[in-house]
Amino acid sequence: MKYIDEYQDNKLAKGLAYKIAQRSTKTIRLMEFCGGHTHAILRYGIRQLVPRTVEMRSGPGCPVCVTATADLDKAIALAHLPDVIITTFGDMIRVPGSYSSLQQSKAEGADIRIVYSTIDAVEIAKTNPRKSVIFIGIGFETTAPTIAASILKAQQEKIENFFILSLNKVTPPVMRALLDSGEVKLDGIVCPGHVSVIIGSHPYEFIPRDYGVACVISGFEPLDILLCIDKLVEQIEKGEPKVEIAYPRGVKPEGNRKARQLMDDVFEIGQANWRGIGIVPQSGLNIKGKYERFDADKAFSVSPKPPREPKGCRCGDVIRGAATPLECKLFKKVCTPERPVGPCMVSSEGACAAYYQYGIPENSQSF
Amino acid sequence: MCLAIPVRIVSIDGNEAETEIAGVSRRVSIAFTPEAKVGDYVLLHTGYAIGVIDEAEAEETLKLLEEIASLSEVH
Repeated sequence: MKYIDEYQDNKLAKGLAYKIAQRSTKTIRLMEFCGGHTHAILRYGIRQLVPRTVEMRSGPGCPVCVTATADLDKAIALAHLPDVIITTFGDMIRVPGSYSSLQQSKAEGADIRIVYSTIDAVEIAKTNPRKSVIFIGIGFETTAPTIAASILKAQQEKIENFFILSLNKVTPPVMRALLDSGEVKLDGIVCPGHVSVIIGSHPYEFIPRDYGVACVISGFEPLDILLCIDKLVEQIEKGEPKVEIAYPRGVKPEGNRKARQLMDDVFEIGQANWRGIGIVPQSGLNIKGKYERFDADKAFSVSPKPPREPKGCRCGDVIRGAATPLECKLFKKVCTPERPVGPCMVSSEGACAAYYQYGIPENSQSF
Repeated sequence: MCLAIPVRIVSIDGNEAETEIAGVSRRVSIAFTPEAKVGDYVLLHTGYAIGVIDEAEAEETLKLLEEIASLSEVH
C-alpha cells in the first residue's frame, strides 16, 4: 500500500540503525508518547535495532488507558438509565470499571453499540428518535475534531436526542505535567504523529525551551520511527534540543487549521482527570455553553459509587513511564487480553497489550 | 485511537469523498480537508480525512532514507 510499504524497507532500516549507532555516544532515555508508536516499536523490533545507549519508554498516549476509572464508572451508570443507547469506540467496552464494565452492562441488557465513527453514532440517533443516544467521547486532538463535527451535524439537522460524554484530552499539558513531576528523567520525546497532523509542531515548543528536552514528531511506520530516533539522538548529542518534524508528508508546522477551528468552536479547555496522573489543568476539552444541550454531563444525572482501582494493577505507573509492564506482578499471570485487569491490557494502544502481543526479545536494549 | 491510514480519493461529492485502499472503497468526510483533490492521498481517521499527504515531502523523505542507507553501505 502506498505510503506504508515503502516506509517498511528492511535495507533502509538497517542503514538508519547504523547511522544512529554511529552518532550515539551518550546514554539517553526517550519516551514515545503515543501507544501507536509503542506497538510499532515492539512489532518491528526497533528496540533491537537501536544501540544500547538508547532506552525507550512508553508514555500516556492511549486514550482508553488514560480514561479515569471514575469517568468510566459514569459511562457505565449512563448505560443503565432507561431509554439510553450508549455508542462507543470498541476498546472502551472491555475496560473494567470499579464494579462492572460496559461489556457486562451490555450482557445485563443495556443497549451499548460499538461504532467506527461519530458519523455512525449520529445515524443511530436519527434512526432511534425515542431514545437518547450518548457517545462516549474519548480521544486526543486527532479525534476531538470528529466529535466536534458530530455535535455540529446534530445541531444542523436538529437531532435532539444526541449527546456527548466529553472525556477528550489534549496532549501538550500532560507532557508538561510529566516533566514537572520529574519522576522519569527524559532526554527526548517521540511526539505523536496524528495528534500533530491537527495541532502542528508549535505547541511542543515549550518542551525544549523550558525543560531542555528534544522533541521530534514521528510517523508510524518503522522507518519513520527510526528517522525520528536519529534526529532525537542528533539533537541530544549536539546539546541543541528543539522541535522537529520527521513525518513531513503528514504533519505541517501549522497543523490542520480547519479541524482546529471546529474544535475551538465546540470545546473549551478545562481540567481533565488522567488515570495514573490525576487532575491535569488545561488538559481537557469541555463542551461550550452554546452547545450544552448536547452535553451528557448536563443532560443526565448519575451518581456512581466512589471509584475503586483494580488491586495490584500498575497501569497508572505504566502510563507515566515509571514502570514497564514487565514490572507488574499481574502481567501475563493474572492479567491477559482475555481477562484484562486494567485498560493497558485491553486497548490496541496499551503498552501491556503490546508487550503481551509482541513479547520482549531477550537481547532487548532496555532491560 | 489515533490510528490513521493513507487512502486515495477516487471522487468527491461536496463534503464527502469516495476513497480506496487495497481494493476496498469507503466513503469519508473531507470536512477538515476541503483542499483535497481527486487522486490525493488523505489520512483517514474514524471516517474523517484529517490531512492530505504531501507527495513531494514523502518522496523527499524516501530520498533521504536511501542516501543514509547508501552511506552506511560504504562502511
